[in-house]
Amino acid sequence: MKRFRPDVDAPEYHGPYAPYDIIKEGTIAFVVVAILVVALATLFGSPDTKAVTIRSWSNADPVDFATTALGELNGTTITAGYGAPYNHGSLGQELGPLHLANLVGVTIPVNPVQDFVIAPLTSVPNDHPLRVALAQWHTASSAQRATWVSRYSHAAVHMTWSNGHIVVPATDTGPLGVMINSLTQMARSGALDQALVTGHGFYTTNYTKPLLFVADGTYFANLAKSQHLLGNQWGMMNETDSYPGQAWLWLYTFWYQVPPFSSSPNADVQVWAIMMLASALLLLVPFIPGLRSIPRKVRVYRLIWREHYRTS
Amino acid sequence: MSSTDIERQWTTRLRHRVTGHLPPEKVLPDTQPAYVASWIYVFGVTTMVALSMVILTGFVLAIRGPQWWHTSDVGHYVNSLHLWSVEVFFFAMVIHLWGKFFMAAWRGRRALTWMTGVVTFLTSIAAAFTGYVSQTNFDSQWISTQAKDGINATGAGSIFNVLNLGQMLMWHIVLLPLVAVILTAVHVVMVRVRGVVPPFEDAPPEKP
Amino acid sequence: MVGLPLLAALFPLDHLGHYIHWGWVYISYANAIVVALMVICFVAAIWVPFPGRNRRKESR
Repeated sequence: MKRFRPDVDAPEYHGPYAPYDIIKEGTIAFVVVAILVVALATLFGSPDTKAVTIRSWSNADPVDFATTALGELNGTTITAGYGAPYNHGSLGQELGPLHLANLVGVTIPVNPVQDFVIAPLTSVPNDHPLRVALAQWHTASSAQRATWVSRYSHAAVHMTWSNGHIVVPATDTGPLGVMINSLTQMARSGALDQALVTGHGFYTTNYTKPLLFVADGTYFANLAKSQHLLGNQWGMMNETDSYPGQAWLWLYTFWYQVPPFSSSPNADVQVWAIMMLASALLLLVPFIPGLRSIPRKVRVYRLIWREHYRTS
Repeated sequence: MSSTDIERQWTTRLRHRVTGHLPPEKVLPDTQPAYVASWIYVFGVTTMVALSMVILTGFVLAIRGPQWWHTSDVGHYVNSLHLWSVEVFFFAMVIHLWGKFFMAAWRGRRALTWMTGVVTFLTSIAAAFTGYVSQTNFDSQWISTQAKDGINATGAGSIFNVLNLGQMLMWHIVLLPLVAVILTAVHVVMVRVRGVVPPFEDAPPEKP
Repeated sequence: MVGLPLLAALFPLDHLGHYIHWGWVYISYANAIVVALMVICFVAAIWVPFPGRNRRKESR
């Protein structure tokens, strides 16, 4: 006969049974939970902080918007350097020798220069100076474009917003001044919000492009910071306002707070790997010697079944 | 057709298997072993009824569509019910998990019951996450733009695009609830088939 | 939809949250309360005697 393993096998139960009304228990539980939920909803409600639009962003902080737009041209934004699945901006995060996203490839193509700047500007009707600027951009060599962007970016640290215009003290920057100004005006009118989402036709439920653009600016991150939502603020388990959030993500967000992950450029993929492993461990507890013996050794069960041990 | 032919039918065999493993008195028991006497046992059923509240309130939100709750007081109130059902659901589920762990509830050929429970837990986390990114407000904007980095880094972002509202909403209101409910049903059936795990044998405490 | 002020939350938590910052631990009051309640409920569930069960035992 096989040896009895106390953490794997259960003893045969020959003891007494007690009456048990499963339907009554379920009904009582439902009523109690329903009352609890209604009470919590009535007392506290739920949060609904308005979404940021490119319009609201560029009106609140036109310089941040224009700087971000310039960064898209310059290739310095998060999106521009992202890599797969959006573009070839970088190899992306690595897990050991593997760049997992890069292996799968670019499946959701986003070209920040074209998608965030040139294509929206091209859709603006009846703007002669803009049309001339775009023609100049299109006919220039890529070296010439890079020179313009570099000169403009250099001076952009002194960028200001005055009299309804983006002002950058730079000369010989080709069409850049007109393009950045037009895009900022377009953004402030709300037209850029539309231009980015309608990239997929009349109907759309896909907000990949506007979300990536908004997330490239510092305005969005500052709003999140004030709500304690940043990654280094354990933000994943936090909620806007004073509501409880996804507290069950505590372990996931925990890793981001401690070295080496807190400063690793590959933190995302490393933490995901750890969480996959942790999930597998939890799943396989019944089969892992040592781990499956913990409950028998800590003896919390003596409390749970104290009536049973007292009478048996 | 002879009775042995009937006995050999797939349908007949399936019925025998099902009723063999799960006779009516196991599906709807009227007694429990006497050791089932602790408040810790109520957290399983609490999790289930909280899940049913989540689904009921989600049903109501679905009637008028994903943006209704921004513009209607009734909608916002139903959203509050939905949110707090989720909080109660996870609250109860985690306590249920702690309790089952300390009872080593996988003993006696119950490992699959434990595992379906863990997978339900992980599925629920994904279901809640897709709900958070389907809110169509600042919260969903921030959560989706943050979460994309983790999911993209694993390579999964190429098919699971958290910035695609339509896709996330579909996962949230169709795919993941369906999986969660099926897994919960399997989990509960397995509990009913195997019964509630008996206590450890009353052996003298191990000397450290 | 006509506004139904009756449905507005009695104590809405729609103000900026307070946070406990302790070393690398950083948790909102709301989450801390939820976690504390979970631990309290768990401990209570295994401590508080369950009523009635052991009085009506029957052998089978």
